Amino acid sequence: MYNYTILIPMIPLVMFLVTGLLGMKWKPIISGLLGTTGLGISWVLSLMTAITYFFGGHHAEAFPTIIPFETLWLTFSETLQIKMGVLLDPISVMMLVVVTTISFMVHIYSLGYMHGEKGFQRFYAFLSLFTFSMLGLVIATNIFQMYIFWELVGVSSFLLIGFYYQKPSAVAASKKAFIVTRFADLGFLIGILILSFITKTFDFGILTNPDGAVFANAAGLSFMGVSAMTWAMVLVFMGGAGKSAMFPLHIWLPDAMEGPTPVSALIHAATMVVAGVYLVARLFVVYHFQAPDALEVVAYIGGFTSLFAAVIAITQYDIKRVLAFSTLSQLGYMMLALGVSGYGGEEGLGYMASVFHLFTHAMFKALLFLGAGSIIHAVHSNYMYDMGGLRKYLPITHITFLIACLTIAGVPPLSGFFSKDEILVAALEHNKLLFAVEFLVAGLTAFYMFRLYFNIFWGKDRHYHHTPHESPLTMTIPLMFLAFASVFSGFLPFHSLVTADKMHFDTHLHLGVAVPSVLIGLLGIALAWLLYKKESKTPENIARKLGVLYTATYNKFYFDEIYLFITRKIIFNYISRPIAWFDRHIVDGFMVGIGTVTEKVSYRIKGMQSGQLQHYAFMFVAGALILALVLVYYM
Amino acid sequence: MNIGQFIMMRHELLLTAVALIILIAEIFTADNSKKKLIPFSIGLFALVTILGFLPVQEGTLFGGSYQGSHLAALMKNVLNIGVLIIFLQAEGWLRRDENADRISEYFLLTISTLIGMNFMISAGDFLIFYVGLETATIPIAALAAYDRIRSRSAEAGIKLILSSALSSGVLLFGLSLIYGAMGSIYFADVAQTVTANSMVALGFIFFVSGMGFKISLVPFHFWTADVYEGAPVNVTSYLSVISKGAASFIFAIILFTVFKTLTEMWKPVIYTLAVFTMTIGNLFALRQQNLKRFLAFSSIAQAGFILLGILGANDLGMTAIVYFVLIYVFTNLGAFGVVEAISNASGVETIKGYNGLYKTNPKLSLLMTLALFSLAGIPPVAGFFGKFFLFTSAASSGYYILVLIAVLNATISLYYYLLVVRAMFIEKSDNPVPAFKSSPYMRVALLLCVAGIFAVGFASVIFDSIREISQNFMF
Repeated sequence: MYNYTILIPMIPLVMFLVTGLLGMKWKPIISGLLGTTGLGISWVLSLMTAITYFFGGHHAEAFPTIIPFETLWLTFSETLQIKMGVLLDPISVMMLVVVTTISFMVHIYSLGYMHGEKGFQRFYAFLSLFTFSMLGLVIATNIFQMYIFWELVGVSSFLLIGFYYQKPSAVAASKKAFIVTRFADLGFLIGILILSFITKTFDFGILTNPDGAVFANAAGLSFMGVSAMTWAMVLVFMGGAGKSAMFPLHIWLPDAMEGPTPVSALIHAATMVVAGVYLVARLFVVYHFQAPDALEVVAYIGGFTSLFAAVIAITQYDIKRVLAFSTLSQLGYMMLALGVSGYGGEEGLGYMASVFHLFTHAMFKALLFLGAGSIIHAVHSNYMYDMGGLRKYLPITHITFLIACLTIAGVPPLSGFFSKDEILVAALEHNKLLFAVEFLVAGLTAFYMFRLYFNIFWGKDRHYHHTPHESPLTMTIPLMFLAFASVFSGFLPFHSLVTADKMHFDTHLHLGVAVPSVLIGLLGIALAWLLYKKESKTPENIARKLGVLYTATYNKFYFDEIYLFITRKIIFNYISRPIAWFDRHIVDGFMVGIGTVTEKVSYRIKGMQSGQLQHYAFMFVAGALILALVLVYYM
Repeated sequence: MNIGQFIMMRHELLLTAVALIILIAEIFTADNSKKKLIPFSIGLFALVTILGFLPVQEGTLFGGSYQGSHLAALMKNVLNIGVLIIFLQAEGWLRRDENADRISEYFLLTISTLIGMNFMISAGDFLIFYVGLETATIPIAALAAYDRIRSRSAEAGIKLILSSALSSGVLLFGLSLIYGAMGSIYFADVAQTVTANSMVALGFIFFVSGMGFKISLVPFHFWTADVYEGAPVNVTSYLSVISKGAASFIFAIILFTVFKTLTEMWKPVIYTLAVFTMTIGNLFALRQQNLKRFLAFSSIAQAGFILLGILGANDLGMTAIVYFVLIYVFTNLGAFGVVEAISNASGVETIKGYNGLYKTNPKLSLLMTLALFSLAGIPPVAGFFGKFFLFTSAASSGYYILVLIAVLNATISLYYYLLVVRAMFIEKSDNPVPAFKSSPYMRVALLLCVAGIFAVGFASVIFDSIREISQNFMF
């Protein structure tokens, strides 16, 4: 019934190969159209899958886990095997929709945004590669397949951030993203190894069985006073934290904004960065039953990241960076929701809220980024002090951007309101401190988003090189579509679709949470209105009064500098240098020595090949005699 | 014995028929249209190659002098594929005016040696084995001297015939010693009664020396470099792939069946030969400038690797040998094909001459790189798997130090294979080999090689079927 789902990732793969290998021979636009068409097909197939899966009949019992396709790839032992396949369950089907929708929109948008860029076909080839990898990750039937595609996602992200490879800052950013996430993946890999050592399986189906039978071996295993399962799951989370840019591995995401803006929308807002959330959600049963301590770590890291990033976002001037920090903050929300969630029925509210927010966030954050792209396209700058009064020049961008800002600020009845509200409720039931943090962040979010909005669209006109004009239809249609999705996706009944135990449960509006959270959002908006609607010196004055606090925030609390100090000054000097010396003098010296000896011997014996037949005959007979001696010796 | 049983000798009979048909066709072809013989002969041979894959029955003929087995049929098919590729590659060279009057000669001589090899592989006694061996050798000497106006070619022919006379003499002496000790020349009889006494031991050493000459094991290899360099490229590729492959096959068969009870006796001998062959072959290959000489020494080193499979002395060893030779056919013929195409087009045969080849002939350069990578055993191309199974079979018999030596040698070989790659891709040249288009025949041959290099490595069904046939043969 779902056999066709294998096509969903395969089409982008084929598109990658076709546009990658043959793209140079065609007009650039052909690659673009081809990639977009292919992805359109994948999108339709994903929607079909989602509709048949969610609304195809069975409502009474839990949603089934379906594996329509699986093939054995490698066998280590009877039980430990690596398979490749397609797994359909509520969360993966939902992710198929998210990934293909955003990717399809970005494909269309890029036709306009990237028009005339050098390397247009390369861009589309990489987009297809990324989409293939992300889809492969989403539908993975086992943790190893997920890891393989996880790395592929990392590679394609690296390629896309470094798309403008003549720009040193883009190259540095791509390297930074790759190295930081790779470092995190080291933890992920070790986590996988511990997990498979304990359970002798990679299979999600077996791992996430709530009875936990495969974890029987784990009892009593511990390291440094912490149980083996907690270690494993914290390490797995480290991989997720790297991809989802959780504190303290968040440093790559703001820099990743060096990539083309559609890439930021696709990868660094809606899809790749939620891979970490998806990973934790995928293994949620294991976290909940086997390693509740690890889940606690997830909750606190998520909570801290959301506050930390929201504070930084207030002070940034590069509009893409504001959005990047906002993404960090929202990802923190999702992690936190998972961290505070329970399992089964209403206990699982956090889980449901997290994936719900993942879905709505994907829509409105992609919209924000694409809107930012449209603005940058019009004024050729990333900085908000180069912008102002744009609402008359970019009407469609203005309206859609405003919708997105209202959504993220949690204004009802837009989608962000619903998903954020569920998260707050879940947090309140579990942990008052985390609830307080999130409540504050809701206000901060509204404030920095509207600071952005007012700075861009209101205030005075700047000296533009040419009059800014609205972007072409290829760019505005995705904006309108995503705006539509941002407004209405809040009405999707997630509580009966994607839940921890795959069963339906009832939710109700918690007025005690909803009203204050809406109010603090409105307060944030009002504050932004006062400070930024008309240009004034007030914000500067406030900043000056805050002094060191402001500077530290503006400089992202110097985290980049700390990392640089640790790597350059400590690791490079005290670890790398001695290793390099050892490598150059001992290891290389040995190898060069072998080479020299080989060369010398080879030179010495060249006289043996004299060209004289009688000499050869002598050697032949002598060789036979020597062999006879060998034989005599051994007999 | 009824006539129907002769069908067991299908490979040999078909080849003989082809040889005769070509001979007759030669008589009836007008002098100015001799070139038509090329597609005609290649077509006939292609047909024979395909027919070779029809299933055969197992059994013996002529009172045990001829043994038909599935393994032998498989080996013959491997050789046939190789010869087909070589024929396709020969087309450009044969078409030259100077060769116009001796096209059929080339095909006749080559097919004759192939018939000899087939008989050798299916031999059931030492006499048939010896006759097959000689039939396989003497026509090659004539082939090596095919370009007789070139003194190097004539020299190659003379050197080959003289040194092979010596080796055949020694081999025959060895066989007569064994006969003297055992009183029988039949493999089956010898296998049952052979014991390790000094007469058998000496006979065995002489037998190994003679075979060592054919497979070009150190120190019986000296003829190789001179003959390979002097002979026409096409003949060199035949010598280095087909001759060597056939000799390796029968060497393994005889060691595994006839001298099975003496395994402990011959293992040290083969061990010594393996170490010297790999190492010396590599050390010489390092210094070569002429590509034919270079490939000659590299093929000596490769022969050393085959000995690792022989040391395995079990069905895995046999599988690894057949599998390795199959891969070696595609790989080495790929490399030789490029050398031949370039030699035909521009006469360049040195590594320096290949400088900047990628700029002018990118496809040939890539193909050459692929072949060299496969020779060096870099995954994922087939050569890696070939070496891997040879090493595995030696390791499974406990020869860890030898495997270590083999790995070191493989590393050294990587260096010189990469020298050629560097010349093609990195070195610059003021007058590189000009761009040219090779003939359709050559392109088909090279495509076959590329397909082989990938398919044999990846399609596990090939390895599995070889494994099955070898297992049936060994037990």
